[in-house]
Amino acid sequence: MNDIDNLYRELILDHYKSPRHHGRLEPADAEAEGQNPLCGDELTVTLRFGADGETIEEVAFDGHGCAISQAAASMLSEEIVGRKAAEVAEIGKDDTPLVAMMVESGTPLTPVRLKCALLGLGVLKVALHKSAGTPLPEEWAGVEDVDFE
Amino acid sequence: MAVEQNVKLDAKRIRADFPIFEPQDGGKPLAFLDSAVSAHKPRQVLAALEDFYEHSYGNVGRGVYALAERANAAYEEAREKAQRFVNARSPGEIVFTRNTTEGLNLVAYAWGLDNLGPGDIVLASELEHHSNFVPWQEVARRTGAEFRVVPVTSEGELELDGLDRLVAGGRLKLVAITAVSNSLGTIVPVEKLIGFAHEQGAIAVVDAAQAAPHRAVDVQALNCDFLAFSGHKMCGPSGVGVLYGRRELFERMSPFQTGGGMIRRVSVEKTTWAELPHKFEAGTPPVAEAVALGAAIDYLKGIGLEAIAAHEHELTAYALELMAEIPGLTLYGPPLERRSGIVSFNLEGIHPHDVAQILDAEGVCVRAGHHCNQPLMRKLGVSATSRASFYLYSLPEEVDRLVAGLERARKVFA
Repeated sequence: MNDIDNLYRELILDHYKSPRHHGRLEPADAEAEGQNPLCGDELTVTLRFGADGETIEEVAFDGHGCAISQAAASMLSEEIVGRKAAEVAEIGKDDTPLVAMMVESGTPLTPVRLKCALLGLGVLKVALHKSAGTPLPEEWAGVEDVDFE
Repeated sequence: MAVEQNVKLDAKRIRADFPIFEPQDGGKPLAFLDSAVSAHKPRQVLAALEDFYEHSYGNVGRGVYALAERANAAYEEAREKAQRFVNARSPGEIVFTRNTTEGLNLVAYAWGLDNLGPGDIVLASELEHHSNFVPWQEVARRTGAEFRVVPVTSEGELELDGLDRLVAGGRLKLVAITAVSNSLGTIVPVEKLIGFAHEQGAIAVVDAAQAAPHRAVDVQALNCDFLAFSGHKMCGPSGVGVLYGRRELFERMSPFQTGGGMIRRVSVEKTTWAELPHKFEAGTPPVAEAVALGAAIDYLKGIGLEAIAAHEHELTAYALELMAEIPGLTLYGPPLERRSGIVSFNLEGIHPHDVAQILDAEGVCVRAGHHCNQPLMRKLGVSATSRASFYLYSLPEEVDRLVAGLERARKVFA
């Protein structure tokens, strides 16, 4: 959205206004909460696995934040259902749908907005690594839930 | 100082002093409505910085050669300018710091660690910037003192009625209070809290980061014990700030940081401290930055703090009037008469980040976020706001562009 007349604006706004896989799954097999300390955005992810214990059967994001953070989580959620948890945990920063789309469009997100866009992937990684018992890669440590109260 | 009769400033003329506002290649003209985060610099300040480095640069308090003497004289002259700027009694009461945050931390640690303990109360407010909140919370935790806060109303004003009850069950030792809220622009009646602190036998620390650049500050009239502000918010360079401290308190305090420049005599057995204010300036200070801050003080005084405050008041009135007409826009903060040049707001259904980005595409810079004010944001029931803030170079046309940008944001998200 560097150029707000960008063709992709509509898609981002659509996901922002009608987020896919929105809400919380209860009970859930994995969950995590994260914040973007810059703006106070908060996001929670809950996941359910299939009978094999490793296929993501359902995912839900819940929270509030800017169009970029909410749309990025929504677009990501569409991409990961039916995939193996271990494989999803390896998704790189540039491979999330919204970030990749903006790079392709020639108007990549600025470093500040990139943080918004990666909040969803960050909490997802926290949830997946927590449930698998694997260590969260250091570069993602910043998103993990910080308890205020 | 005699009251100026003709206090109206000419923002268009002032603007010509600021290179940042010169047209840049292809871009839209800059409507900079984020001076509360940091202000731009006039040529006079940039020239002072360059001139000092080119002709008078040296370290201070060390060399005996003429160049070092010149540097030292310029640095101490800047201190005297800062002293007169806040009406301190002597230059010894003026310590150069990095910024407001460092000044407040200096008091929290150098005074707090030696004077606070179990049963003591440190009182701040819900309006405080994190820099006048977290150091007190932390030093209270370390000393076993209790950290309490004065609540704010939904309009962002302090609830001063229940102060006695607020400090019941403990000894009030320190009150930390901002003179102007960085998020909402609330002009705080600090005199009341300073008076209350002194009645209770406590000291009062004032965060003047958002006050000193915009209105006259007089530490003797306020009768505060400490007062901190930053150079970069008042047209000075980054990396230099000022801490005023009452001499008797400064004298009794241990140093904050130790090292070179702040000692009288060092031996293996014992070290004694330099006289004020050098006791609190360990290591090479921001020499050139302090000199340029002196130039910024001259610049602001040349225009007049009253004229600056009046100009910002006019722009704030204009902005509040136009923004109240925008559907779905919520304004935060107190009524105009108790508000500095800061307007915090939200547009329904649009996150402040998105508002700021759409405004940026129109060349309008506003701040979006929690403004280092998370307890206050929680009180207002939001995670963030957008904030426009004005300074001596701000123009009514920029308010118009802000309003047009907000209308555009509403269309984009409609």
